[in-house]
Amino acid sequence: MPAISFQSISKAYASPKGPPGSKFLAVDQVSLDIEQGEFFGLLGPNGAGKTTMISMLAGLTRPSTGSVSVLGSDVQRDYAQARRKLGVVPQELVFDPFFNIREALRIQSGYFGVRNNEAWIDELLESLGLADKAQANMRQLSGGMKRRFLVAQALVHKPPVIVLDEPTAGVDVELRQTLWQFIAKLNKQGHTVLLTTHYLEEAEALCGRIAMLKSGRIVALDHTSELLKAASSNVLRFKVEGTLPEALRSQARVTGRIVQFPAHDALEIERYLAAVREAGLHAEDVEIRKADLEDVFLDVMQKHSGKAAPPVADTAGASA
Amino acid sequence: MNGWQTLLYKEILRFWKVAFQTIAGPVLTAMLYLLIFGHALEDHVKVYDQVSYTAFLVPGLAMMSLLQNAFANSSSSLIMSKVMGNLVFILLTPLSYWHWFVAYVGAAVVRGLVVGAGVFVIAAFFTHISFAQPVFIFLFAVLGAAMMGTLGLIAGLWAEKFDQLAAFQNFVIMPMTFLSGVFYSIHSLPPFWQIVSHCNPFFYMIDGLRYGFFGVSDVSPWLSLSVVGSATLLTFGIALYLLRTGYKIRS
Repeated sequence: MPAISFQSISKAYASPKGPPGSKFLAVDQVSLDIEQGEFFGLLGPNGAGKTTMISMLAGLTRPSTGSVSVLGSDVQRDYAQARRKLGVVPQELVFDPFFNIREALRIQSGYFGVRNNEAWIDELLESLGLADKAQANMRQLSGGMKRRFLVAQALVHKPPVIVLDEPTAGVDVELRQTLWQFIAKLNKQGHTVLLTTHYLEEAEALCGRIAMLKSGRIVALDHTSELLKAASSNVLRFKVEGTLPEALRSQARVTGRIVQFPAHDALEIERYLAAVREAGLHAEDVEIRKADLEDVFLDVMQKHSGKAAPPVADTAGASA
Repeated sequence: MNGWQTLLYKEILRFWKVAFQTIAGPVLTAMLYLLIFGHALEDHVKVYDQVSYTAFLVPGLAMMSLLQNAFANSSSSLIMSKVMGNLVFILLTPLSYWHWFVAYVGAAVVRGLVVGAGVFVIAAFFTHISFAQPVFIFLFAVLGAAMMGTLGLIAGLWAEKFDQLAAFQNFVIMPMTFLSGVFYSIHSLPPFWQIVSHCNPFFYMIDGLRYGFFGVSDVSPWLSLSVVGSATLLTFGIALYLLRTGYKIRS
């Protein structure tokens, strides 16, 4: 039984731009199974449909078509069971200003009918570095502390499936490390983790399998290692003063002075450098590195930059 | 505690933590009404033969405070949670729409009754009040608080901004409470306004409560009980329907 199963789900919203009554599809016929114990990454640009998928999983949004289940429990028909199995860390830094951390965690436990939960609450507070803030009102906490609290709150009823919707957005490096160590530990203990993030190096380091979404459809789905293998094996990176000719620019990823070209072999590298020289430019700090997930992501997004195309996916439990 | 009991407890704790604002404030306001109106009109207005005007005011003021605070509790809790985004903490739980209903309305009833009782206890220092029909006092107080807590729940679900809720409160709830006979008997009104008052369910709540205290009322207490009971059931039905369909809280 998969930990999370999306079956042909779509979500249509009224289109704010089109004529009255017109709709746009935030999620379009997505099917995806996430197996128990996986650390799964859901990636995509803003507006790709990641949060809508998570909202449908959490029961905050009803699918227009299709169904979603958590460990076999349908999130609409059997919502109580499904929600007991699910812990969701929301994207926004929300809190209830009336309560301190410990009170809020006790209350959240109570909603799930979990009694005598003090030992687990203490462990969560300790693991997430919140023990000395247990009596602090939520208003007194920094953004990072509030983020840690949201993680603790999502885990307070010990759900087997954990969903983290951009949990490290705006969070400092130290907290990110603490958070990932803790989540990785939970994953090793058997919890299934579904992660959405814009930090692709985190996804590459943590996720065993990744799906990339664009315009509400899955455009890539595979094991992280396979996605990396399928990409250009190397990247030529250098700095340059001046503007590249359009023919070169269209093949490159340019960030300020930094230019990066996907390159498969030495011949291709030589060709790029020669073209730069012929353009009257001087390449500095030249280096060749292995392609990372960001390169794969950009490559996939570029390939599907037109109208959403059929998926580029393996067949292991997915179609779209 | 199980899920709905926890939500009820949380909703009670929420207003209790700011009791100075949610309990003491409304009791003080009602006392000011009692002192000013009672002092100014005691010798000029006589509604029932054996009842002083100050004593006549007490049930009306207690009920008005009870109704307004029951409404304020559920509506302000919901709108705050919606605006601040923390309603998601409850939306992610296994609580059913019945659980939501019982907890939000239950907490509103508790706050309404605490404020109403506070008004009564303080007023007892100023005037003598009898208890002719205690069962009616209890019935009208609980039904009134439940109906207004439910109306607050409906308004809290409907409103997306604080000013929408304030408009509901200022243009619907406040006129209906003030035009329900808190400060006067509707027999003293011109015929047209008497008819209007008879269409206001708040009038029956206050008149019914007065019957509980004094044993006399403008209309039959059974008619009042029927009207208040029917109006309460109607609001229950609407609120439960909105919660079941996730009106403005689940897309």
